[in-house]
Parts: sequence; structure tokens; C-alpha cells
Amino acid sequence: MTIQVRRRVDDFSAPVPMPGKIEGWNDGLAVTIHQLRKSFAQNQVLRGIDLHIGAGEFVAIVGRSGCGKSTLLRLLLGLERPSGGHFRFGDRPGHTVSPGAIRIMFQEPRLLPWASVLANVEVGLGQERSAVNARERALATLREVGLEDRREHWPSVLSGGQKQRVALARALVGRPRVLAFDEPLGALDALTRISMQRLIERVWTDQRFTAIMVTHDVAEAVTLADRVLMIEDGAITLDHRIGLPRPRERGSPEVAALEGQILRALFRNAAAGEDA
Amino acid sequence: MTLLSAVTRQSEKLTQWALPIGIIVVWEILSLAGAIPLRVLPAPTAVLAAAWKLMLSGELVRDIWVSFWRAIVGFAIGGSVGFTLGLANGLSRRSERIFDSTLQMIRNIPHLALIPLVILWFGIDEEAKIFLVALGVFFPIYINTQHGIRSVDPQLIEMGQAYGMSPSILFWRVILPGALPSIFVGLRYALGIMWLTLIVAETISASSGIGYMAMQAREFLLVDVVVLSILIYALLGKLADSTARFLERWCLSWHPAFQPATEVET
Repeated sequence: MTIQVRRRVDDFSAPVPMPGKIEGWNDGLAVTIHQLRKSFAQNQVLRGIDLHIGAGEFVAIVGRSGCGKSTLLRLLLGLERPSGGHFRFGDRPGHTVSPGAIRIMFQEPRLLPWASVLANVEVGLGQERSAVNARERALATLREVGLEDRREHWPSVLSGGQKQRVALARALVGRPRVLAFDEPLGALDALTRISMQRLIERVWTDQRFTAIMVTHDVAEAVTLADRVLMIEDGAITLDHRIGLPRPRERGSPEVAALEGQILRALFRNAAAGEDA
Repeated sequence: MTLLSAVTRQSEKLTQWALPIGIIVVWEILSLAGAIPLRVLPAPTAVLAAAWKLMLSGELVRDIWVSFWRAIVGFAIGGSVGFTLGLANGLSRRSERIFDSTLQMIRNIPHLALIPLVILWFGIDEEAKIFLVALGVFFPIYINTQHGIRSVDPQLIEMGQAYGMSPSILFWRVILPGALPSIFVGLRYALGIMWLTLIVAETISASSGIGYMAMQAREFLLVDVVVLSILIYALLGKLADSTARFLERWCLSWHPAFQPATEVET
């Protein structure tokens, strides 16, 4: 394995020096995607995605396994290079984003087993890790996810839900302006999942970053998102705005109706027996 | 920790010494009773007496020191070369293409088979022994370092990249700690090879050291000194292994295998 560190978001725009804490600085960034394509060998995963996500919007992306929804996130994060098309963050063309403005929370916690919980959160600070207030910021974020008393522990002694909360703190500590979630709750049990959804909704309400969440769970998408997108065969086939007021009641008739509507759309083109 | 559990832990620690001490006691009794002829195996007290005599003459300390020094120097040379090449070939495909197949060919030669050649090259001087130890130590360290680097969880590496780690930070914070468990396996294995190589090399060609002491004693039928040398090798080997285990425990305290079971939460 050759270890190569790709330049991240700055591939598309030069980094700017980190400003101090400015009012409104960590507000969400709009994301504009134009004709984005990605293929792996002969396999075309994304076939020209056009999408505008407003600043501070919470967008959920649903779709079958292998529909290309995770690939879209990886492209936005700079973990893959697009085969065609482009995207930008911010409203103005040529807008520059600082490194660390775009963060991702993976399906797995991906914590460093050899670093304490607190040190794992500090990873999220990126180059700011050596800043004087780094430790305080990491501690404050850890407090936000309710794990301050676990700061000196190794990740291996935490439960699955706690690990994902540490991963969330790591994603949040750098005050991202766009936060991508790649099915972060997929491996959790139902109850932990609901409390994590509440936590994510709370921090999103507080910090107003732009959230893009890929999920298998349509109910989760409907409860959390302003807008649910469906990707099928590498293209967006549904873009549904969820107008329900927050906080949304899980299992309420409105949520269930919307969930049913989206699920029907998801199954419309599916042959019997095909997995969703 | 309660007093009871403290006592239990102490007695658990002592349990591991019960068997060796028991064996020595039985051995002493059998020797005193004449069941074991002195020509075959002298009594433990006789071995101790021989150790005391050699200690007084300064011979014992000098020979142990010489052997220890050879082991350490050979280990340092072979280990550092193996570690460096293991890192390089673990991190870079190009470096692996250049070096790996050659190294694998050399690895298949039993290094002790080189003794005649090494004696021709270096005579029976220090270089010969150090060369053999370094060669023996090189491969376990090399292979396990390379394997450790290769088997670092790619998801963690991707996480590091996604969180903006530079290549050097990625190496120090993700790749090297991830490779450490495997590197320690190599280290402990290498320590075993180190003593083995040294014993063989010293018994075949040396003018000092514990192996030499054993060979001299054989010439004069001093069975007690021969047994003493074997015991010293055993103790030095155990010492090296304990040191490695201590380091391992210290460096890998994050690893679930090295944590007290009570801390794990389900």
C-alpha cells in the first residue's frame, strides 16, 4: 500500500489562513454541484449530478446499496477525484474554504485505538491541534456529546454508541461548515440510534452547519432532514422537501405518511426480490 | 483493591515460581541421595558453588559481560537495519520491488550455515559473532515491521487523510502506532534468535564469553560449569524477554489484550 496524502478540499480552491472567531464564521456553506460524474473502470457510479444545497440546510440522501450516494460524499470530501463535472462550496464562484471546513463522520467510528478519547477528539482540529486552546475546545466538544468524564479512557472500553459520539465530537470540534454523515448510525441499536439522531439534530440546530447525511433509513431521513434526495443508478430521482415542524415526532402520522411516500418511490422501479 | 484480592494477586505471581523451585529441590535431593551421578548432572548447590568460585576470580562477570555486549551490538545493528528496511518496504511499493525478493532469497539461507564462511571472513574475532547475531535478528524485525505497516487499518488512514493529517503526522499518529503490535512480535522473536545465534557462535569459535566458558569446562570435564553456562543463557534469555514484555505492556497499554478485564464495558 502506498501511502499518499491527497490534498483535500483545497484541490478546488486555495486555502485561506484560519480567521479568529468571527461572528457567523462557522455558519453553513452552500454546496453547488454541477454535472458531477464518477466511474470506477467500466462502472459508472454517478452520472451527472446537479444539485444545490443551501447554506445551513439538512439534506438526507437515500437510495439502494451501491447507488452512488456514499461516492458523492467521498467526492465532496476530496477522498475521491471526480471523473467529470465540478462542485464548489459557498455561494460565490471562487470562494475559498479553509481546511477543516468540510468534515465527515463515517459509518464506523474510526477512532485511533492508541489515543485517549480526548486525543481522538483533538484529531478533528487538524492543523489547529497545536493551538493554545485546542485542549479546551476538545473538552468543550466532548462535554457537548456528554462524554467529558470519559476523556482519559481508551476507545476500546467504550460502547458502540459512545464511540460514535466521540466520532461526532471529533467531526464537530473544528467547527465545520459542512458536515457529511456516511450512514453514521447504521451499526447502532434502535434506542442508541434515536438518541444519536436527537444529538445530531441538536448540534445542527445550535451550530447551523450544512448537513449532508447518507442513510438507509428513510424514517431517519424524514425525521432529521429539511430535504430528502433519492439517488438511483447514479442520478437524483427524487428531491422532496420536508415541511414538518421540528422537533418531529417519531412515528407520528405525518412522518409515517412521508416515509411511506418515499419508500414507495424507492420501490417503484425495483423488481421483486431486489434489495433496497 | 481489597486486601483479599491483593493477597490473591501476590500468590498468583508466586505460583509461576512453584514449579521451577520444586524441580530444583527434587534435583538436589536426588543428587544428595546419589540417584543422579555427578558426572551426568551435579547438584544445584555444586553449580552455585562453581558460580561463586568463578565470580570471585572475575571470570564469570567478564564472560557474561562479553556475551551480553555481543548480543546487544549485534541486535542493535541487525534490528535497526531490519526496522528501517521494514518501514521503507512497508510504506513504499517501489522500495519493496527493489529489495524484497532479494531479502526473501537471503532469508531462506539458515544463517548459522554461514558460520564457516564467516570464520573465513572475520576469523574468530568479535565481528564474526556480531555479524551472525545481526543477520539472525534482522529478518524477524524486518518481516514483522513490514507486515505491521501493511496491516494498519486502511479506514484509519483514510480518516487521517480526511481530517487533514500531513504525511508525517499520519505516520507518527496512525501508521507507526498501528504497526507496533506486530513490531513487538518481531522484537520478541528476534531476542530469541539473538541468544540462539550467540550460543552457537560462541561454542564454535570464541576465546571469551559464556559459550567459550562452557567449551573450556567441557575440555576439563567440569560438568558444574557447563550446567552453569546453560543456566546463565536461560536467565539472560528470560531477562531479555521480560524486558520486551514490559516495553510491550507499556507501549500497547491501549490494546484490549493488555487491559485489565474489569474495565471493559459491554
